[in-house]
Amino acid sequence: MTRTDPANPASQVTPGLLQRVWRSIVRGPIRPRSDRDRKWIVFNSFVLHFRPVRLPEKTLRYTHTFGLGGMSLVLVLLLIATGALMMFGYEPSPQGAYASVVGLERDVLFGRLVRSVHHWSANFLIAVVVLHLLRTYFTGAHHPPRQFNWVLGLGLLLCVLASNFTGYLLPWDQLSYWAVTISTGMIGYVPLAGEWLQRVVRGGPEIGGATLITFYTLHTTIVPVTIVLLMGFHFWRVRKAQGVVVPRAPGEPVEESPHKVLGLPYLLLRELVVGLILLAFVMVFAALVAAPLGEAANPGMSPNPAKAPWYFLGIQELLLHFHPVFAVVLLPLCALLALLLIPYVRYDEDTSGIWFVSRRGRRLARWAAGLAAVLTPLWIVLDEFVIDFGGWLSGVPAALSEGVVPVAILGGVLAGLYLAARRRIGATRNEAIQAAFVFLFVAFAALTATGVWFRGPGMALVWPWGS
Amino acid sequence: MGGRRRFLWTAWLGLLGVMLAEGAWVVVDFLRPRRARRREEADAVVVAGPVDRFEPDSVTAFPQGRFYLVRLADGGFLAVSRECTHLGCTVPWVAEEHRFVCPCHASAFDVHGDVVDPPAPRALDLYEVRIENRVVKVNTANRQRRRAFEAAQVTRA
Repeated sequence: MTRTDPANPASQVTPGLLQRVWRSIVRGPIRPRSDRDRKWIVFNSFVLHFRPVRLPEKTLRYTHTFGLGGMSLVLVLLLIATGALMMFGYEPSPQGAYASVVGLERDVLFGRLVRSVHHWSANFLIAVVVLHLLRTYFTGAHHPPRQFNWVLGLGLLLCVLASNFTGYLLPWDQLSYWAVTISTGMIGYVPLAGEWLQRVVRGGPEIGGATLITFYTLHTTIVPVTIVLLMGFHFWRVRKAQGVVVPRAPGEPVEESPHKVLGLPYLLLRELVVGLILLAFVMVFAALVAAPLGEAANPGMSPNPAKAPWYFLGIQELLLHFHPVFAVVLLPLCALLALLLIPYVRYDEDTSGIWFVSRRGRRLARWAAGLAAVLTPLWIVLDEFVIDFGGWLSGVPAALSEGVVPVAILGGVLAGLYLAARRRIGATRNEAIQAAFVFLFVAFAALTATGVWFRGPGMALVWPWGS
Repeated sequence: MGGRRRFLWTAWLGLLGVMLAEGAWVVVDFLRPRRARRREEADAVVVAGPVDRFEPDSVTAFPQGRFYLVRLADGGFLAVSRECTHLGCTVPWVAEEHRFVCPCHASAFDVHGDVVDPPAPRALDLYEVRIENRVVKVNTANRQRRRAFEAAQVTRA
C-alpha cells in the first residue's frame, strides 16, 4: 500500500500501472484483517453486496432455512451454465433435434454428463423450490413486511415450471413428444379460448417444427431472463425486510434488536459450504444416473401409458376423476389464487418466525397431513371401482355430474374440517388455515405420487411392486 | 404544476403508452401461428384409391394424411382422424375388438368414430371425403369436429 505523508510531499510515490489498474477494480482490501475490512468487502463488492453486511445470529441456524433459497440459486446457475454449453450443439428442428442430442451424448467429451447435470438439476430445482415454499410458509415468513416477496416467489415457481416444461420437449424423443402432446391437449379444455390458446402454444394445429422453435426460444431466452430478473427482485426484497424471518419459540415475542453477527465470514462461509455440497451431490448423481433418452419421436405411435411430466401428473390424475374443465382449469386456478391470497388473509396474530404457528398448530397440521394421506388414496380407489357420478346422474350434463357434484362434496369435506377445527378445537385462523393448506398439499402430493407410480397401461391402477 | 408542464407530462406519458402498445402488438403478431403453413389445396387432398379397393366393413390407415379411411358395411365412406379427442394421442385400430382404442387413457371408439368408452368427450374428428370417377379422395385441410356420428356424415359412391 502506498501512503502519502501530508507533512512531506516529497515522500509521495506514484504506484505502478498494474497496481493502479488493480486498485481501480478492487478498491478495498483483499484479505481482511479486521471486522471493518470484512464489512468493507461485502459492502463494496458488486456480487457480495447482495448479501447482508450484518445479520441476526439466530437466522444462521441451518434448520431454520435449510439453505433452500441458496440451493435454488446454485441450481439455476448450474442450469444456465450447462444449458449454454448444450446450445452450441443443439438443433431445434424436428429433423435434427433428436440426432443432435444423440450426437452430443456420443461424440462430445462429457456431453452425456453435462446433459445429465442439466436434467437432474432441473428436476431437483422443482423439488427445492417447493420445499422452499413450504419452509417459508411454515415459518410464517409470509406476514408483513414479506407479503409481496411471497408473491414474487410464486412467480418464480411458475417460471421454474415453465422452464422445465418447455425444456421437456427439446430432446424430441417419444417421452417428450407425447408428454407435451398430452399437456398441451389439456389446454384445449379451457372454456371458449381453449382451441385458440392451444394453437398459440403449439404454433399450429399439431406439435411440430413451430412448437419446437417456440419452446426452444422460451426455454433458452425468455424464461431464464425472467427468472434472473425476478430472482434479483426476490433477493432485494429479502434485504429490504432485514433478512430472513427471525426464528422464535411459540409464545415468544418478536425481538426488537436481535444480536447480529457479520455476514462475512459467518453467512458466506455457510452458503459456500451448502453450495459446494449440493454441487458435489448433483455431479455424483448425474454421473451415476444418466438423463433418460428414449427412441426418436414418432407421431404415429403413442406409448402406453403416455404421461405428462411428473410435476403435472397431479393434474393429469385429477383429469381421471373430474370433468376436464374442473381438473385442468378451475381447480388449478383456485389453488393458484389461494396461494396468492395466503399473505393477504386477515390473520388473528403475526406468527412470523414460529414453526407451524403454535404447538396446537403443529398438532393440527399433523392431523391434516395424516387425514389427507388416508383419504386421498381411498377416494382414488373408490372412484376407480365404485363411484360413478356420471352414470348415477345420467340425466344431467357431465359438467354438473362429474364437475360440480364431486367438487362440492370435496369442498364440503374441507369446509367441515375447517369449521370443526375452528369451533370444536378452538383453533385460531392461522392454525385452521395452515391445517387446510397441509391437507390440500398432501392431497396433491398423493395425486402426483399416484400418477407417477400407480398408473400403468391405459392409466389403470397398478401395483408398482410385484406382479 | 403549471398547465404547460402538466400537458407535457401527459403527452409524453401518453406517447410512452402508445409505444408499449405497439410493442405488445408486435409480440402478439410474432407469436401467432404462421399462416404460411396452410398447405396448398392440391397438397392437402390425399388420393386414397379406387372405390373397389376398399372392402366393405374395413379400416385402412393413411399415416401421411393422419387419418383412417373407414368403409362401412353398407358401402359408405368416412375419413376419421387418428387423434384422440381426449388429449391428442394417436389411436390405433384394434381389428380383433373392432374398435379404436387409445393407449393413453383407454378411451375407445367404434368404427364410426363414436365414443364407446370415456374419458373421450366426443367422437373422432372427420375429414371431408369426395368420390370422383369412382376414386376416393380425402381433403385433409379442414378437420371437422362433431359430437357424435350421424348418417349425413357418410359419403357414398
